[in-house]
Amino acid sequence: MANVTPGTASRRLTTSRFAFADGAGKKMKKHWQLYLLVFLPIAYIIIFKYVPMGGVLIAFKEYNVVKGIWESPWVGFKYFEQFLNSPYFWNYIRNTIVVSLYGLLVGFPAPILLALFLNEIKNGFFKKTVQMVTYAPYFISTVIMVSIIIVALSPNVGMLNNILRLFGFEGIDFMGRPELFKSIYVWSDVWQFTGYGAIIYIAALSGVNPDLYEAAKVDGATRFQKIWNIDLPSIFPVMVILLILNVGSMMSLGFEKMYLMQNPLNLESSEIISTYVYKVGLLNANFSFSTAIGLFNSIINLVLIVTVNAIARKLSESSLW
Amino acid sequence: MNKPAIRESLPDRLFLIFVYVVLSGALVIVLFPLLHILSASFSSPQAVNSGRVWLFPVDFTLAGYKAVFANPNILTGYGNSLFYAVAGTFVNVVMTVLIAYPLSRRTFYGRHIIMMLLVFTMLFDGGLIPNYMVVKSLGMIDTRWAMIIPGALAVFQVIIARTFFQTSIPEELAEASEIDGCSDVRFITSVVLPLSKPIIAVMTLMYAVGHWNSYFGALIYLKSPDMFPLQIVLRNILILNTVDPTMMANVDDMLQLQGMSELLKYSLIVVASAPVLMIYPFVQKHFVKGVLIGSLKG
Repeated sequence: MANVTPGTASRRLTTSRFAFADGAGKKMKKHWQLYLLVFLPIAYIIIFKYVPMGGVLIAFKEYNVVKGIWESPWVGFKYFEQFLNSPYFWNYIRNTIVVSLYGLLVGFPAPILLALFLNEIKNGFFKKTVQMVTYAPYFISTVIMVSIIIVALSPNVGMLNNILRLFGFEGIDFMGRPELFKSIYVWSDVWQFTGYGAIIYIAALSGVNPDLYEAAKVDGATRFQKIWNIDLPSIFPVMVILLILNVGSMMSLGFEKMYLMQNPLNLESSEIISTYVYKVGLLNANFSFSTAIGLFNSIINLVLIVTVNAIARKLSESSLW
Repeated sequence: MNKPAIRESLPDRLFLIFVYVVLSGALVIVLFPLLHILSASFSSPQAVNSGRVWLFPVDFTLAGYKAVFANPNILTGYGNSLFYAVAGTFVNVVMTVLIAYPLSRRTFYGRHIIMMLLVFTMLFDGGLIPNYMVVKSLGMIDTRWAMIIPGALAVFQVIIARTFFQTSIPEELAEASEIDGCSDVRFITSVVLPLSKPIIAVMTLMYAVGHWNSYFGALIYLKSPDMFPLQIVLRNILILNTVDPTMMANVDDMLQLQGMSELLKYSLIVVASAPVLMIYPFVQKHFVKGVLIGSLKG
């Protein structure tokens, strides 16, 4: 997309047999209504997306509500240094990265396996039931999802502890144990999103040329060999794209679920960058410091996604741009 | 040649059994917690607290639901969420079509630059505080506008809609009607929109579910309880209560109360997720379609 400049686009148009406007100006005049239509959305994008990007300036200033953005004095990288030197810095970075990587490691292959297995089954009813039931939790809101986690893991009346006690184990206060927190976060995500994630792979698998399976059958391939040699290669491009997107959003690990799952007992394991940005910025009203942390995070994210995309483009055919 | 194809080899049959076992396991793991919560919501507080509820209600009662609907905050939240979902989705769909259609036209000069501007916002974001400050300087803090305007457009949906317009409405159609003297706006209302019902349905559903389920905007922009959407009310009841240590302090007196508050949680979870989960079986096909159109490389 990036390499098609407007210039080449209009050149292509003038050679097309339907083009009857010669210059861009004439074309714009003819389609003035289209430009009127995009006015509101463009205004929205500028005000709510690009103005805040300019607003990151306050990360380099001593922001003062009375003086406003422009009059507040510059402080350079003071707040970045403050964050980098704070005793919590590594803890928050580690929590963010560990949960992201853990989530990627478990959450990335799970939908692929589900799709591959569903693809093996010819029984329409069973297949449809599994697909529909596993997709359903996607629609549960974050608040409800976290409530379900808390209720199900509750030390006194929770479902999971009831099961543990049934088998003669001791009850566990799951949400109060920092060392269990990351697993609870990641596996509840798997529970909620695997069915949704599988959809795109199921669609890719349904597009596989049946002749390939026929040929494999004639050659005496086992089911596993068919998965390995036909199914996996055919969903590979989709896998690459989703992997790039996942890695690219690693540092922007969701605020919503993490914040709701936090309690004073598990905080050492559950405080991540986005929750810290919220607490520093909106709860403690330290705007400049909070913006600096957020900006630090956004830049790492941008670098990550650009790097991963470049690697993917080098190693395989598929990339985002 | 036909016979051996029907009978599978032993490793293949074992593998297939393995697949069935794994998928049945997945089915049970997803379904069991949902059914458990549903039955617990219809059981007595004593049965819930002593762990006697598994898959079916024990000592059937509607006490939990009575408590839910007796709480005025929940009803207000329900009403507010409904309003935010309907009004917000309407704004979303209009805005998305307004920009997605021109971007799908080859004759629209500057569409690549606009597209790049849009995509860049997905890669880089100003962050929480700068966004908050913009909303604040527009005077939207603690107003219902804050629930609708700051999220008026999702770039991802624009890409989906643009891809749909590009692939299903031929440029030639627009050019032909142009020769007949049909204006762009008229073309959109009388040709594009009727032809785009499926994508508009998908978009509406996705935006609506997003509004219904979100709580972040309300958390940062709203202060007055009478404007809180359901998700914030739920958070206050379901999540903030659980870490309240006073609940655990004097267990003896509070036993009855605590039992009731546990039951209330189960009923509330059911009441809050029911609207979305009930329409889900009927609309899931559209959602699948939306995911697939979105996955096409724009």
